[in-house]
Amino acid sequence: MIKLTVNGKKKTFTGAPFKRLIDVLREDFAITGTKEGCGEGECGACTVLLDGKPVNSCLVPVCQAEGRKIETVESLGTPEKLSKLQSGFLACGGAQCGICTPGMLITAHAHLKSGGGRDSKSVRTALSGNLCRCTGYQDIVKSVISAARSRKK
Amino acid sequence: MSVGKNEPRRDGPAKLTGRALYLDDMSIPGCWHGATVRSTVPHGRIKSVSYDPDFAWNECVIVTAKDIPGKNIVTLIEPDQPLLADGLVRHREEAIVLIAHPDRATAYEAAKRVKIEYEPLPPVFDMEKSDKAFKSYLIERGDLDAGFAAADFVVEGEYRTPSQEQAYIENNAIAAYEENGVLIVTGSLQCPYYVLKAMKQIFNRDESRVRIIQAVTGGGFGGKEEYPSMIAGHAALLALKAGRPVKIVYDRHEDMAATTKRHPAVVRHRTGLTKDGKLLAQDIEVVMDGGAYATLSAVVLSRGTLHAAGVYECPNTRVRSKVVMTNTPPNGAFRGFGAPQTLFAVELHWEKIADALGIDSLTLRRKNIFKLGSTTATGQNLIESVGAEECLEKTVKRSKYEAKRKQYDRWNANPRNSTWKGIGLSVCHHGAGFTGSGEVYLASRAGVALTKTGELIVLAASTEIGQGTNTMFTQIAGDALGVPASWLSVETPDTHKVPDSGPTVASRTCMIVGGLVNRAAHDLKRAFENEYGRVPLTPSDLKKAAAVLCQGTPARRFEVQFEKPAEVVWDDATYRGDAYGVYSYATIVVDLEIDKLTCEVRVNNVTTAQDIGKALNPLLAEGQIIGGSTQGLGWALLEEPLYKDGAMINAQLTNYVIPTALDTPPFEVILVEKPYSRGPFGAKGLGELPMDIPGPAVAAAVKHATGRLIPTLPQTPERIARART
Repeated sequence: MIKLTVNGKKKTFTGAPFKRLIDVLREDFAITGTKEGCGEGECGACTVLLDGKPVNSCLVPVCQAEGRKIETVESLGTPEKLSKLQSGFLACGGAQCGICTPGMLITAHAHLKSGGGRDSKSVRTALSGNLCRCTGYQDIVKSVISAARSRKK
Repeated sequence: MSVGKNEPRRDGPAKLTGRALYLDDMSIPGCWHGATVRSTVPHGRIKSVSYDPDFAWNECVIVTAKDIPGKNIVTLIEPDQPLLADGLVRHREEAIVLIAHPDRATAYEAAKRVKIEYEPLPPVFDMEKSDKAFKSYLIERGDLDAGFAAADFVVEGEYRTPSQEQAYIENNAIAAYEENGVLIVTGSLQCPYYVLKAMKQIFNRDESRVRIIQAVTGGGFGGKEEYPSMIAGHAALLALKAGRPVKIVYDRHEDMAATTKRHPAVVRHRTGLTKDGKLLAQDIEVVMDGGAYATLSAVVLSRGTLHAAGVYECPNTRVRSKVVMTNTPPNGAFRGFGAPQTLFAVELHWEKIADALGIDSLTLRRKNIFKLGSTTATGQNLIESVGAEECLEKTVKRSKYEAKRKQYDRWNANPRNSTWKGIGLSVCHHGAGFTGSGEVYLASRAGVALTKTGELIVLAASTEIGQGTNTMFTQIAGDALGVPASWLSVETPDTHKVPDSGPTVASRTCMIVGGLVNRAAHDLKRAFENEYGRVPLTPSDLKKAAAVLCQGTPARRFEVQFEKPAEVVWDDATYRGDAYGVYSYATIVVDLEIDKLTCEVRVNNVTTAQDIGKALNPLLAEGQIIGGSTQGLGWALLEEPLYKDGAMINAQLTNYVIPTALDTPPFEVILVEKPYSRGPFGAKGLGELPMDIPGPAVAAAVKHATGRLIPTLPQTPERIARART
């Protein structure tokens, strides 16, 4: 039995220990905000925080999450009360089709929370493991920078 | 007024919080998983299909072509593509057997335990050696021989573009089930009524017994225009045989290996000019690789053909084009739809002409570019909304193109610098809406409904796939009605709820379908005024008005149908006349730097002006422009599907590389608004335009930087290094 914390709630998993974390979240816990884009760690759509650090949940066997904390996009805000980062994405056009957005938000959230740079180059570097095919990234970068500024205030 | 404002995306909050339900997020009780057994030869006769006796087949449902109740055809244009190969396979990854199982991994394991033996047949992979053309076109204007006879210079060139993978981040995903005798298909798709048309033929059912519902869709770019009909057929066959819901969710490899891509093309130009650079004759030949089945190839070729002569007036023009069959997976729709291939050639050819004439390509373009009153190769007189020159001049000015050309010449002349610098420019038009008489044949419908409780709902089959359809529709309808856009919602594209607005393709959703929504909202406005005395002023006033207008019925629907503008005249037989109702225009300048040692290209910035008639929502419009341009940069520099024996060998995001945030430059976007009298609030098409010309602008910049014209995409370090040696 594997015990882990997902978005602040204690969870247990009793299946195969090498089941991918993304599948456990989506299939066993019905937390479907985390998306699969490539299944091989290239696109970053499945990014979640493992003890505060962004990881590709398609590359993490659930046994590695034993006793650890997982945060997904569902931990950030709700449609009624978006987080500052989510509000930034809404105002600046950071989401289009939305499928990369949960991973993009989680990576950006980790970047800002860890005190990463607020300039375009730092944000682009931080997000370089998250592929987006819709936006061309500029509005995502703007979204993150605008959220960082509103956090500071 | 909402039009012209950056209304936040309607689907934003759900997508930003993980609440939006894409197909694979849906909880469908009792749903099994479907897997597909595909051909492993590019051309051959199926000799036998056998099932591993050591596998528990009794747990599975198996479907082959003989389970198809109606026609074994995925209906689109030509009835040539089977839903499941029967006897003959014409390309790798062609579906032959389907399997469903309660467990996804077991379904895929089962697919591996099916053995198919073939009698191989000779394949054709080289499009120039194919003897079967799906379609050909001929455009002729003036007297070509006389044009060349009068020319001081004749310049020839050959240009090649590769295929391209749409690489939407959500892979294809469809679920099917039967409910009260109705076959329901839901999933990631662009064109619900295309799927409906295919399902009716496959299952011998009329539209009352088949229902297609779009799920939240994680990108399309043309890639979910046609192939979802195939997957829908597969999922529905399994679901009906299993007597339970079945979903088919492709993984990345399967999606890239099996589904449609951009048509590879070769385009040849022979151009006659006066010594001061005036165009006298253009003779253009286009060949595209359609792959194994016709799919949308005829229409892709049509758009490519109609854009092949570019955005320049030339009195004597001939365009000959064909799309041919090869034994590769069929190519299909991808943003731009044939135009990026032919525009790459006509735009980059200016660099070759510039060298021959000793006149720079900007000056040459200025001499020949479309103006109000110009006539196109098909004889179309451009009577309104021609922003080509304005886009060109604004982009040139903002990017400091002319000064940088000189500055980089000096930089490149200094051998001590470790890089070359280059700046390149391209210009294009893009016809909005369906080609020629296509919109007349489509006869699209859309509407606005008022429910008795006072809900205002836009009714259209146009899908939100990230481009902002839903937000834009509420802005149009709100302003047409004279109420806040926030009072409106948009119905889910569901063939039992919305009329057939045609497909979500061809840069037509805003201009054509948005135009219908605008008209329908005006009809509702008149009904408010006539029957209620005024347009409602507050939400509670709306409720009262709704009760009056609905008179006890659940809802009033105001639907309108497309009407051909009287001035648009097109002849399909001769390919003469008004090919499109109107064109959008764009110019792009790419400013880049190349490492002399590694030949790596870094795009430092991009400036682009795009004439889209009216930016209904500037934020969303710029999002389309930057996103589409980035796909164009990917095609120009990074992306190339590679094939071996008819199969894509880099069908993974590991080795099929698309731009990341670090590969993508900052963009400066200039919106040019030359209103179109027939478009809603003046709007023209936008979706495809930005994809059209980053390719030739990159190649022109590489030429400026290195002195070498590379007539092929992508402009990889390897190609640049080879060109330098």
